[in-house]
Amino acid sequence: MLIKKARLGELAASEITDYGVYLNRRQFLNTAAIAATASLLPLSLASAASNPEPTYKDLVKSAYSTDESATTFESITTYNNFYEFGTDKGSPALMATEFPDKSKPWRITIEGECDKPGEYDYDDLIRPFTLEERIYRLRCVEGWSMVIPWVGFPLADLIKRAQPNSRAKFVEFTTLYDPEQMPGQNRNVLDWPYVEGLRIDEAMNPLTLLSVGLYGKELLGQNGAPIRLVVPWKYGFKSIKSIVRIRFVESLPQSAWMKAGPNEYGFYSNVNPDVDHPRWSQGRERRIGEFLKRKTEMFNGYGEEVAQMYTGMDLRKYF
Amino acid sequence: MSKIKKLLFVVCLIPAIWLTIALFTDQLGANPIEAVTRQTGLWALRFLWITLLITPLRWLTGWNELVKFRRLLGLYVFFYAVLHMLLYLGLDQFFDISEIIKDIIKRPFITIGFFTFTALIPLVITSNNAMVKRMGGRRWKQLHRLTYVIAIASSVHFYMLVKLDKVEPLIYMGLLIILLTPRLYRYAKTIALKSQFGI
Repeated sequence: MLIKKARLGELAASEITDYGVYLNRRQFLNTAAIAATASLLPLSLASAASNPEPTYKDLVKSAYSTDESATTFESITTYNNFYEFGTDKGSPALMATEFPDKSKPWRITIEGECDKPGEYDYDDLIRPFTLEERIYRLRCVEGWSMVIPWVGFPLADLIKRAQPNSRAKFVEFTTLYDPEQMPGQNRNVLDWPYVEGLRIDEAMNPLTLLSVGLYGKELLGQNGAPIRLVVPWKYGFKSIKSIVRIRFVESLPQSAWMKAGPNEYGFYSNVNPDVDHPRWSQGRERRIGEFLKRKTEMFNGYGEEVAQMYTGMDLRKYF
Repeated sequence: MSKIKKLLFVVCLIPAIWLTIALFTDQLGANPIEAVTRQTGLWALRFLWITLLITPLRWLTGWNELVKFRRLLGLYVFFYAVLHMLLYLGLDQFFDISEIIKDIIKRPFITIGFFTFTALIPLVITSNNAMVKRMGGRRWKQLHRLTYVIAIASSVHFYMLVKLDKVEPLIYMGLLIILLTPRLYRYAKTIALKSQFGI
């Protein structure tokens, strides 16, 4: 119901709005509070940056994209939870400017219960896949949300190539561990490296994406460069960043957040307005750039595509 | 002295002025409402800690005039706490009374925050000279020991709302222990003296 069917010749979000406008548009202008004092703000409207060429051209437009207006590039790239670069939301943008170190190759290992394991350089890994643009909602477990025009390909495409065997019940993902590049890993806030997991059917769901870019450009360090997971019906922390290992396993993986707070963060972590976080409500969310809070949708509004995977499950127990 | 007091009055307003300017010139990041709510709470906490510093500083330096600034600082605790509370009620809950009541009952950190705010009110009401006189110094002092409870509760409120990285609230808790230790020491000494002389 919330899915917009793509039509031939439709434009990508990055083509509709000037990139410089994305960079500089001060989202707070849109809010009710500011409307009243707009006269105070001419400074923030000045100086639109020049429009850099998008890295990815001729992206396939996905039918799974939402037609909601995308969060500004500035907000998406300056308001991040990426504890490998500090626990403050602003610190990843400041600390990850040189990440990943271009002089080091980015290797990704595919292993475990599959017939075609292997270790790939990033470029070799993504070469076979057709990149598309998908505009997804992202709901953070903290109660805020964004709309992000990702660039990527379905995880299912990669899984099919790896040919998992019948023992592959789950897929486990691991982030790079390199405290020199990721200074946040010098502190034991989480049990490094960051680990996340999906059930194999969740991983194969057509919505599940491996992303390499956003707004038509390569991912920046703070957004999980060079390659990250995007699982739009789950809380944001499930969408693990800067992946170096994908492993097919038989038993349920223990994620970094499950270890940090087993009562607060479960394996499934599906967006669910009826199951509160023990410390705060999940009923509503603040869409970044908006003044009023909005109601949170079951499965973040992706129920049509994913609800059938959880039929008969007690979602309070399997939170 | 009154000149210093006037200066202090203005200085204490700086965080509020800065936050207002930052809010209206879009310098608080992608989630300005969250940022300004958090900042006003932090400033209430900071002013409370500064207020609690007055007495040990007096003992340490012998500069008893310092006590003249305590009321002003204490009222600024309330000022920032009111802003913090209004931001929560207005921009987090949009004055939805039933939601707010549910929140206070269900969320321990909100419960504690609400209690802390409420406990400030009798202290503000009894803050003027006339009330001190009416109550009598001893009773007034007893009531205002509530400040210690408020300080402990507000640092617990801060600790509970932080998602994972507890360093910042732990620093405030550590500072609070430093601020309260000389008081406990004095109190223990007085008790010992009293029992020694059978008072």
